[in-house]
Amino acid sequence: MSELSVDHLLGIKYLNEADVQLIFETADHFKEVINRPIKKVPSLRDITIANLFFENSTRTKLSFELAEKRLSADVINFSAAQSSVKKGETLIDTVNNILSMKVDMVVMRHPNPGAGVFLSKHIKASIVNAGDGAHEHPTQALLDSYSIREKLGDVAGKNVVIVGDILHSRVALSNIFALKLQGANVKVCGPMTLIPKYIDSLGVEVETNLRKALEWCDVANMLRVQNERMDISYFPSTREYTQQFGVNKTLLDSLDKEIVIMHPGPINRGVEITSDVADSKQAIILNQVENGVAIRMAVIYLLASKIKN
Amino acid sequence: MSQKVLLSSKEIHIILHRLACQLIENHLDFKNTVLIGIQPRGKYLADRLCRVLREEYHVKDIQLGYLDITFYRDDFRRGDKPLEANKTQIDFLVEDKKVVFIDDVLYTGRSIRAALTAIQSFGRPAEIELLALIDRRFSRHLPIQPDYRGRQVDAINEEKVKVMWKENEGEDVIYLVSN
Repeated sequence: MSELSVDHLLGIKYLNEADVQLIFETADHFKEVINRPIKKVPSLRDITIANLFFENSTRTKLSFELAEKRLSADVINFSAAQSSVKKGETLIDTVNNILSMKVDMVVMRHPNPGAGVFLSKHIKASIVNAGDGAHEHPTQALLDSYSIREKLGDVAGKNVVIVGDILHSRVALSNIFALKLQGANVKVCGPMTLIPKYIDSLGVEVETNLRKALEWCDVANMLRVQNERMDISYFPSTREYTQQFGVNKTLLDSLDKEIVIMHPGPINRGVEITSDVADSKQAIILNQVENGVAIRMAVIYLLASKIKN
Repeated sequence: MSQKVLLSSKEIHIILHRLACQLIENHLDFKNTVLIGIQPRGKYLADRLCRVLREEYHVKDIQLGYLDITFYRDDFRRGDKPLEANKTQIDFLVEDKKVVFIDDVLYTGRSIRAALTAIQSFGRPAEIELLALIDRRFSRHLPIQPDYRGRQVDAINEEKVKVMWKENEGEDVIYLVSN
C-alpha cells in the first residue's frame, strides 16, 4: 500500500486522485470491520487524538469519536462553549496547551475558514479538518463520493448536482473538489443569491431550474439552507425556496429515471426535501452516515501511520 | 543473491495430501470445523488444501474464510513501509467452532499472535489449531508452535522463504533465498 501524499487532511484541494483511492480502499476494509460482531481493532492503541470543536456539531463529532474509538485511540474532547477560549485564549495557545499533554492528532472544527491550515503551520501534530467556516469539510466530501461509488459502482463519468445553499456550504466546495478530482460532472442548483461568484472557476455549471437539473443528474446532493450563516435575506421566504428548490415525491416520480438522493444532514424536513423523499429507497442518507465512520477510520489510520515513533 | 529449492512441485503435492489426511484424521466430516487462511499468503495454501479435501477426499461441507490481520499487528508505525491491508471474508460464525489457521510460513509467530486476537472479533472459538506449510525452526519470538507442519527448516534470519503457487507464479515451488 502506498501512503498519503499529505501529513494533514486540511481540504480535498490538497489531495490527489491516488490519495482518494487509497482512502476508499482502506475504508472498504474498515467498513467490513464495523459490521463484525466486535467492531474494534487495536491499531491506534498508542495514539491520542484531541477533538477540538469550536463550533457546534453532533453528527460529525460523534462520527469522528466513534471512528477513533473503533481504532482503539485514546480520545479527548473539547468544545469551545465550556473552554478558556471564552476567557480570551488564542487558538495556538489553546492547542499548544492540549498538545503538551502528548496528543498526536487534532481533529478540529472551527468557524473561521483556513483555521486548520493556519494551525498546521504552527504545531507539530497531525491535523484533520472537520469543517472550517464556509471553506472545506473534506471527510464529508470523501464519504459522499464513497457512498456514490458504493451505490453506482464508480464516481467517474457520473452526473452530480448539488442543490441549495452553495454560497455558505463547505460541504459543497469540498464535494466539488472531490467529484471533479474523480472525473464526475458537476452542476450546482439554487437561487442565484446563494451561488458564489467564483463558481465558474471551479469548472462547475449553474442550473437554476431544479427539474432540469434533476433530469440531467444521476445523483442529487441536497444541502441545508444555513440560516445561521446568513446575515441578510437571500430569498423572500422559506416557502418560496421550497417551491422552487425543494424536492418532493411527486417531482421525483415524474422523472423518467431513478436518481440517488443524498443529504449531508441535518435535514430540514419539508424545506429542501420532504419526509417521503428522505425516507424513500432512493435516499442513501443513512448509508452516508454509516460510511462516514469507515471513511474517518481510514483517514485517521492513514495519517497516524505517518506519525513516527 | 542465491536461492535453493526447499520443496519441489512433487514434494508439495505429497505434503498437501498428508496435511489433508491429518486434518481429516482430527476433524472427520468438518461439521464443527472452519478453516481460516491468514491473508495475504495463507489464502493460497488454504484454497489449495480445501480443493484437495473436496476433490480428492470428498469432504463436502468445508467452511473456508480469510482473515486479514493488518489492523492487529504489533508493528504499526514501526517499519519503513506502511502496512497493506487485505480482504477479510468470514461469512460464518466461529462461536464454539474448531478453527484451523492456515499460513504458508511460520516465522516469528507474530502474525499468528495477531490472528489469535483478530479472530475473537468473530466470536469465541471452541479451540484453535495452526497449520503451516513451512515451519522456520529457531526463529520464534513468541511461544507459538504449529499443530500441523509441512516441512521444518533451519534458516537464518537473513534468509527468506519464498513460496510460489501454480495459480500465481506458474509453478508450485518453495525456495530458500539468501543474499
